[in-house]
Amino acid sequence: MTKIHVTTTVNGDPAEFLADPRETLLDALRDQLGLTGTKEGCGTGDCGACSVIVDGVLVCSCLMLAAEAEGKTVETIEGMAGEELHPLQRQFIEHAALQCGFCTPGILVAAKALLERNPDPTDTEIRYWLAGNLCRCTGYDKIIRAVQDAAAEMRGAA
Amino acid sequence: MAKDELKSGYKLIGTRPNRPDGLDKVTGRARYGADFSLPGMLHAAVVRSPHAHARIKNIDVSKALALDGVKAVVTRADLPTGLSGEDLNLQDNTLAGDRVLYDGHAVAAVAATSALLAKDAARLIAVEYEILPHVTDVDAAMAPGAPVIREGVADYSVPEGMHPNVARYMAFGHGDLEAGLAAADIVREHTYKTEATHQGYIEPHACVGQMGEDGRGEMWVCTQGHWYIRRMCAAVLGIEAANLRVTPSEIGGGFGGKTTIFIEPLALALSKKAGGRPVKLVMTRSEVLRATGPTASASMDVKLGMKRDGTITAGQVFFRMQGGAFVGMSPIGEALPCAFACYDIPALKHEAVEVIANRPKAAAYRAPGSPMAAFAVESLVDEMCRELGLDPIEVRLKNGAKNGSRSSYGPDYTVIGLQETLEAAKAHPNYKVPLGPNQGRGVASGFWFNHGGETSVSLAVGEDGTATVSIGTPDIGGSRASIGLMVAEFLGIPYENVRVSVVETGALGVNEPTHGSRATFASGKAAVEAARQAVAEMCRRAAADWGIDPDAVEWKDGAAHPAGPNAGKFPPMSIGEIGAKMGSTGGPISGHHEVTAEGVGASFGTHVVDVEVDPETGRTTVLRYLVVQDAGTAIHPAYVEGQYQGGAVQGIGWALNEEYVYGADGRLQNPVFLDYRVPVASDLPMIDTVIVEVPNPGHPYGVRGVGETGITPPLPAIAAAVAGATGARIRSLPLSPPKVLAAIKAAKG
Amino acid sequence: MRYHKPTSFTDASAIAAAAPGTLRFLAGGTDVLVQMRAGMVQPDDLIDLKHIPDVGEIRQTADGGWRIGIAVPGVVLGAHEGLKRDWPGVVEGMNLVGSTQVQGRATLAGNLCNGSPAADSVPGMIAAGARVEVTGPKGSREIAVEQIPAGPGKTNLTKGELISAILLPPRGKNGGDAYLRFIPRTEMDIAVVGCAVNLRLDVDKIIEARVALGAVAPTVILSEAAARAIIGTTLDASALQALTSAAEAGAKPISDKRGTAEFRTEVVGVLARRAAKIAYDRAKGQGK
Repeated sequence: MTKIHVTTTVNGDPAEFLADPRETLLDALRDQLGLTGTKEGCGTGDCGACSVIVDGVLVCSCLMLAAEAEGKTVETIEGMAGEELHPLQRQFIEHAALQCGFCTPGILVAAKALLERNPDPTDTEIRYWLAGNLCRCTGYDKIIRAVQDAAAEMRGAA
Repeated sequence: MAKDELKSGYKLIGTRPNRPDGLDKVTGRARYGADFSLPGMLHAAVVRSPHAHARIKNIDVSKALALDGVKAVVTRADLPTGLSGEDLNLQDNTLAGDRVLYDGHAVAAVAATSALLAKDAARLIAVEYEILPHVTDVDAAMAPGAPVIREGVADYSVPEGMHPNVARYMAFGHGDLEAGLAAADIVREHTYKTEATHQGYIEPHACVGQMGEDGRGEMWVCTQGHWYIRRMCAAVLGIEAANLRVTPSEIGGGFGGKTTIFIEPLALALSKKAGGRPVKLVMTRSEVLRATGPTASASMDVKLGMKRDGTITAGQVFFRMQGGAFVGMSPIGEALPCAFACYDIPALKHEAVEVIANRPKAAAYRAPGSPMAAFAVESLVDEMCRELGLDPIEVRLKNGAKNGSRSSYGPDYTVIGLQETLEAAKAHPNYKVPLGPNQGRGVASGFWFNHGGETSVSLAVGEDGTATVSIGTPDIGGSRASIGLMVAEFLGIPYENVRVSVVETGALGVNEPTHGSRATFASGKAAVEAARQAVAEMCRRAAADWGIDPDAVEWKDGAAHPAGPNAGKFPPMSIGEIGAKMGSTGGPISGHHEVTAEGVGASFGTHVVDVEVDPETGRTTVLRYLVVQDAGTAIHPAYVEGQYQGGAVQGIGWALNEEYVYGADGRLQNPVFLDYRVPVASDLPMIDTVIVEVPNPGHPYGVRGVGETGITPPLPAIAAAVAGATGARIRSLPLSPPKVLAAIKAAKG
Repeated sequence: MRYHKPTSFTDASAIAAAAPGTLRFLAGGTDVLVQMRAGMVQPDDLIDLKHIPDVGEIRQTADGGWRIGIAVPGVVLGAHEGLKRDWPGVVEGMNLVGSTQVQGRATLAGNLCNGSPAADSVPGMIAAGARVEVTGPKGSREIAVEQIPAGPGKTNLTKGELISAILLPPRGKNGGDAYLRFIPRTEMDIAVVGCAVNLRLDVDKIIEARVALGAVAPTVILSEAAARAIIGTTLDASALQALTSAAEAGAKPISDKRGTAEFRTEVVGVLARRAAKIAYDRAKGQGK
């Protein structure tokens, strides 16, 4: 089967790989680029564990072919922290907003995309924005609080 | 670190420090089951039955093997014969024998050089089936004329005349049932049903297995219990347990569903056939829903007698549960004792049967059996409270189990906290909020035994006075943090100076899985005992240095001290000082403890929920939710709250929308998260929690175990709230909108 | 599988016309990739349409209508002030499809071509009187949206044909539209029932109306009886009752894992009432 040469930018770094035409971006990130922080929970866009940001838009990397990443800019959980953690990451730890932690990378990436659009979301806005990110451990309570506190911190209100 | 309101005098227990694995988990570095790879690794896929019940006439693997890059195929013919009991069950579920018993039953597995290729190869494996009659409903499976799924499954306990699909029967009770019922002012009897639900962990099962022709192997796997994986794989493959080393990955949720094997022996068998190349096997979500978990479905008769003042005079249950096509999987043995565990009732009779049906082999799910039992019994208690105009909390206070009560299942309760949870729920502001139109409030209590079990823990003192703790219970919800807190409290050193690791099967004696809410209880208890040993040794080292009797040394605040003025005047010797010179004072200092942990304390909880029901569509919205539960002692209150909230939301899902839907063809209709509807963030309010602390005398810090009870009350509490909102009592779950709307119309007449 | 990236609809049509085996078009991919993943479809050829110029554009046409590119995702539609002002019901239908993440990719054209009677964006488009431009081997043609679905998973497009634009008519004065669906959860579900209402007022009286019912038949239904029930009325109680009855009578649902036929029939009437009130308020300039 002929593979497709894909050139893309991942977390600011140039990345190149050969993709099977059927390969998803999620598979390429995990298996070709070794970025296993992006998780597969369903493979059908129903759980959000594979959330990444492509050209500024939040998407499920399981619902995008690797070949479609040609020329795009991809942001994953591995690119979220610099030398210091992103406020969302720190607030998630401090709020105990994760238990098993498997959904956490996807939720953090999704929440970051939200706060970039809306720095002061209501609880309801957070809940609807994150409705595509399933968490089976926490009941979401502490996740919502952690996002609120991170948003406040980023607004300088904390 | 601010502590929660503490009366105890603990320095660390009751605080909320960051969990040690938090950083890895928010940066994507934590390695879960599918995140591990090895050089030369192959990828595998599984061929599964599309039929609920069929005879396998032929399996043709030639086309798959002919594909370039395909390295191995395994079928049942590759597994050893002669197994019996649960080992045979496990093997039958790993790969079907001559018959497939449910939609999704594994038939063959293939390993190839890529995951896509393995899937292509799996599609090329041709299986010829002869379809057999099937049955999936619990009541239908034991009705006259139901197809017999397997001959001869009934054990000695099953009364004569029952359908051959009935595999087990159990009964117990106490008191004079007829006299109790006769003493009641009203006697009510109804049948309740719950559908099977799935644990719904977000991480699909995944493993990497490697096994050479000598039968020695290694495995990396997401599991709640790697010694169980080792024992079960060894049994299914006919190898010795010691030849298999199993390392647990981080685990993306389990809730009981990852306490057994599904794909793990396949990875090892494929690896062996592929010349020892490692094999990665990762389930798809549909495979998870079709072939792992779920919990049992249940049909339950309940009869209660109650006086006008709310006194419950007698109770009787008959439960029917199916746990798939394999015997011993339905939780009747847990559901029956849980049924009246919250009550002190003079006369009780419990009976249950287990029925087999063409569904996947059930696995444990958070307080197995207790949520169904609670739905039946607590629903009827609520119905009778409403009929008699009694407050549901008052009735539970009146009849509820107390310290010293004889439990419904036999043993006497020692120190329990049910009454305290009821009082706290009654006093909570949520219980007083006025309700609007189409709104209703439900109350229910719940129970779980909690579990001790086989536990082995080691602790080593570092040269710098830190401590490393090796445990064998995988950390799902923050147990490394809670165990670290207890060890640091005991040693009198900072939390940050204790590192707790979950280690592989070669590093400790056998540990049971993280199940039964036991990790913080049992591994914590053993870790404290291991620390006690290390402290004794450190006291001996100090005594030797000081030239005094070891009995004259005491340990406090992270240092050895002379025990009193008679012991001599020596400055304290800290753990750091002792650790720094341990090489010259007798060698490494460690502690080790292994035990089948006893002294578990049951955890009771009481929930209060308010809902609003759209009378035109039957859709239920949860407005407020309160969890009150006895933790014994909350070691890390944030993770205790997390268990309460997570358990409650799983219960809300079970009550409202989650269910296994089977078609007339016996196939699962909803094997994707789109249609298997777990609660999403926008479905829920904040989940309020109250942690009651009635310390368990069986644990050095009073821990009870908090993981499971929380899933139990939501089922009856929500049904009660919906009844309050609509006037319609629904006795089968889920309370899906079509069912609720039909019930509203029926109630209106 | 061959992956194609044509740069014109003519080329895309030619590739599709010549494709010997299973063919799929790729815009947002939120249905195709799921079908591939589930093994329901193993395309031999996959034609990615996002390299065709202007497929990501929303443009106002000379007559005041809108031309929406076939690769415009929900998130872009939902952020377009002009479109939201003119056709809030169309936009809210599309924005109900899937999660935030799915909105980042899913398109009107894809939702339509998936052929599902439960597709959330389709009733709104049909009620709005939307049309699509279809490009095929014989050139382009325009057809009404309701002419596209042929049944669950099927369209009336012939080999080599594909949708090349979505066309919304000019909103005009005193009009309003709305879409509502019923799902058991608050998000992430496929519609059990859906209903879109588009109407125009003369002062208080409805003078034009289109009512589309979703998930109650093999395709989304344009119910003329439901429209007639409210035309000429001020949407008073008897009009709402007539609308309810007409919607219920127009529904020919099945029972499946997502809901019973009885439930769908009853709820389609409820949604028709509720959607009509919202559309009416919007037409009066009172709704959002």
